[in-house]
Amino acid sequence: MAAVVTAVEAAEQAPVPERPAAARRSFPVWRWVILLIAAAYFLIPLYAALRFAGFRAFTQVTSYPSFGSALLLSLRLALIATVLTLVLMVPTTVYVYLRLPSIRRIMEAITILPIVIPPIVLVIGVLKLAPGFLLATPNLLGLVYVVLAMPFAYRSLDAGLRSFDVRTLVEASNSLGAGWPTTLWRVVIPNLRTAMLSATVLTVALVLGEYTVASLDNFQTFPVWIVNFEQNSGPVSVAASLLALFVTWLLLMLIVTIGGRSARKRGGAEVALFSVSTAANVSATKGEPE
Amino acid sequence: MADSVTTAVAPEPAYSGARPGASRTRSDRVTRVLRALLRWAGVLPFTAYVAAGLLAPLVAIAIYSLQPNQGGFVASHATAPTLSNYDTALHGTYLTGLTNVLLLALATSVVPGVFGFLLAYAIHTARRGIVLRRVVITAAGVFANFGGVPLAFLFIATLSTTGIVTGWIKTLFNFDIWDHGFSLYNPYGVAVVYLYFQIPLMVLVILPALEGLRPAWREAAENLGGRSWHYWRHVAGPVLLPSFLGCVLLLFGSGLSAYATAEALTGGTIALTPIQIGSLLNGNVLAGQENLGYALGVILVVIIAVVMIGYVLLQRRAARWLRS
Amino acid sequence: MTTNTAASATTGLDGTTSDGAPVSIQGLSRSFGAVRALDSLSLDIAPGELVALLGPSGCGKTTALRIVAGFETADSGTVTVDGKDVAAIPAARRDMGMVFQSYSLFPNMTALENVGFGLRMRKLNTAARVKKAAELLDMVGLSPQARQYPHQLSGGQQQRVALARALAIEPRVLLLDEPLSALDAKVRLQLREQIRTLQQRTGTTTLFVTHDQEEALSMADRVGVMREGRLEQVAVPSELYSRPASVFVAEFVGTMNRIPADYDGLDEVTVLGSAVPVAGDRPTDLTGAVDVLVRPEGLRVEAVPGGNGIVTGLTFLGSLTRVTVLLSGDVQVKVDKPSTAAASLVPGTSVQVRVAAGEPVLVAAAGGSGGSSARGVTSS
Repeated sequence: MAAVVTAVEAAEQAPVPERPAAARRSFPVWRWVILLIAAAYFLIPLYAALRFAGFRAFTQVTSYPSFGSALLLSLRLALIATVLTLVLMVPTTVYVYLRLPSIRRIMEAITILPIVIPPIVLVIGVLKLAPGFLLATPNLLGLVYVVLAMPFAYRSLDAGLRSFDVRTLVEASNSLGAGWPTTLWRVVIPNLRTAMLSATVLTVALVLGEYTVASLDNFQTFPVWIVNFEQNSGPVSVAASLLALFVTWLLLMLIVTIGGRSARKRGGAEVALFSVSTAANVSATKGEPE
Repeated sequence: MADSVTTAVAPEPAYSGARPGASRTRSDRVTRVLRALLRWAGVLPFTAYVAAGLLAPLVAIAIYSLQPNQGGFVASHATAPTLSNYDTALHGTYLTGLTNVLLLALATSVVPGVFGFLLAYAIHTARRGIVLRRVVITAAGVFANFGGVPLAFLFIATLSTTGIVTGWIKTLFNFDIWDHGFSLYNPYGVAVVYLYFQIPLMVLVILPALEGLRPAWREAAENLGGRSWHYWRHVAGPVLLPSFLGCVLLLFGSGLSAYATAEALTGGTIALTPIQIGSLLNGNVLAGQENLGYALGVILVVIIAVVMIGYVLLQRRAARWLRS
Repeated sequence: MTTNTAASATTGLDGTTSDGAPVSIQGLSRSFGAVRALDSLSLDIAPGELVALLGPSGCGKTTALRIVAGFETADSGTVTVDGKDVAAIPAARRDMGMVFQSYSLFPNMTALENVGFGLRMRKLNTAARVKKAAELLDMVGLSPQARQYPHQLSGGQQQRVALARALAIEPRVLLLDEPLSALDAKVRLQLREQIRTLQQRTGTTTLFVTHDQEEALSMADRVGVMREGRLEQVAVPSELYSRPASVFVAEFVGTMNRIPADYDGLDEVTVLGSAVPVAGDRPTDLTGAVDVLVRPEGLRVEAVPGGNGIVTGLTFLGSLTRVTVLLSGDVQVKVDKPSTAAASLVPGTSVQVRVAAGEPVLVAAAGGSGGSSARGVTSS
């Protein structure tokens, strides 16, 4: 569009006319179309659910005693699962990272398994094998949830270990005279706080949303209650679902903000909650919570 | 140990086993084995848990899948292994269930794959993208976790016969989607619901890959005479393809294993393998059919295993290129 | 403004001549929001010449390069190549080869395919393309690596492939955006030579951006020192070194000592105890306390008890030793002295430092950079 100008003419022109802006690469219209469709698809059902449930249903939800006991059961299981997961996975992950780095690949592969194996398949196997005394209590669920939470816990912790120079700190601690337990407790774990928080929140979110295993084990956790309660009142179930979603959202926001804040303090990048790290791995969130 | 080999030249150390090439005594070997065992002892709790909680159930399922169904009775002793369950699994309603779930997984991996990619690309190229990107990533992370029971109820509220959107369409266009064959309770309807967590999953996984595309590549391509199309055809496309396909595979596996959403939606009446497994084990259909359910489970696991291996291989290739 | 119509032709490897095209940058300006990245930059590059743009980060050198390449647009000003204004020509058609700072090789293609990419865009048939690409890889000494992928190559090798890729299209102009910054020292030195040799062999007009003054001085025909969007001086390296046009250039290029002195406003500046008459231009706006800038080789140091300084360190540089001396008033200077003579100057020795006879010094405002660029010359 600009006229071709020889060097001589250019010298004689002063001031030089403004250049036309080069055409931007992509036409922005399609981008807005996509974003709009996405926004509609994801937000309308939320709105619809709110409308469907109606304000009354929300107040009614908490009034049913079965709601309370189901929620309490879920929370109890979440606590058990989280504690067990941390107790099992933190020492293991640290140990493998420091002492057995050669099997890290195998660890990643093993911890993918609970994602690869559909919980529906896992639970039927567990139910077949579990001894009677475990079957009678809901605590079996807690034990199974540890297996389900393993992928997320391992990945969070492994990412956390990679984010600071563990080896050097451990060596420094040892050289200053601290034994293994002290080093673990005072040096490694405090630096893993964010990762442990991530693992905790992901486990809690998992347990609160888990339906498959609980329903087949015939225990009325919160999601199971929601489904069963639909017979009585659709709107109440929907209201309870929205509450569950809201709590999940809160929990995830929690990780992102706390994790982001502490990572920024250390000068790191955003917390990679949903990251696909290097080879042979899966994102930290899977599609459907069980 | 003073009876190690003595040389005429070098004086002998006071202890044995310290020189390279010194003779290995049995006590050395024992110590080494013990030390190795101790090293591996650290992962013992984990291994035990995984063995008991993950591997044992799988093995159990595999074994019992080979036991014939007893109809209404549970046999008091194990009979010879048979493939009768697998035969049943691959015929009739169970074959329908398998084909349905495979098609469902295919549809809910390809469609979200493409749409999720476009969505990620839209965010990636947005000019003032930082805020938009943060919002979408967090939203995606949250929505990817929304599946299961709550999601089912969201869509019941939206698209059931009494759903809000069904009502809107009725009033706006005088068109009842349910009268015209739409149903939330068949695989098509379920597919619509699955998109809700499949699309965000795709966005989350493909966005890092997109961001691995260095701007220098695009500029170099341009500088060497290539336009947008050339860049995509020769550079960005091939580089992103392994990631893209890998993500699609991931979505496929996710779609195959999903249980809670469809179950909450349909109450266990839809012909999908995971649901059928659940029904067989609940005793909702006929009691004593568990072994058939185990067979179906094994089939499902095998399919997913193949898919996941493909995913891992593709991701490895992708990581190599995007990291270089 | 020169219009170069007769480009200097250079004979290439196969006997064909390649002409570099003359490049003329006039009045280039660009702002990013409130920041003025380029302030009316003007520069002429003769055909076949290698001009380096040298300056600290943020001085606008990369912006200028990217505007020439077509990846950015200027707010005002022109870029002319071989007499034609390139503003309307999109980057893909400017026929310029660019080497980026790092990681610009297409990861999904082998070295050979990378080099051939520009030729593929120019619709060369496969046989010709492969032949030409192989030739170029050979020119940079990487024929054995032709079938390797970028992730299998070292940083230095990758940049050589990038260079070959840029040269394959026989561009009229070669643009280099800090191509050696990401490499380690030894590789950098080797590549410097190689780039320079190749550039001279093909006779391509080259614009080279760097923040490393050693690099610029050793490689370029002329160097343009930039600061805050403006060109402070464009000259051949030796002139930049010995006759810097401003205090900034003087201190950016090479090592410079800064010594407080007293200027009588007229004829003499008193530094290190001796009066240095000012010859030539008189600094107009400075009197009284000023700073004098002088190179390490322009000072002399002798062991003298009760002298004006104390040796604080010695750096062995081969035939020369750089002696660090602390003068009164907390001023540190570096003086170059032949190593044999410097051996006796252990740290703690009292020494006398003075300006060498006949050494030109720059007079600057006291205490900072900036200030005028007048000179004084010792005549004693």
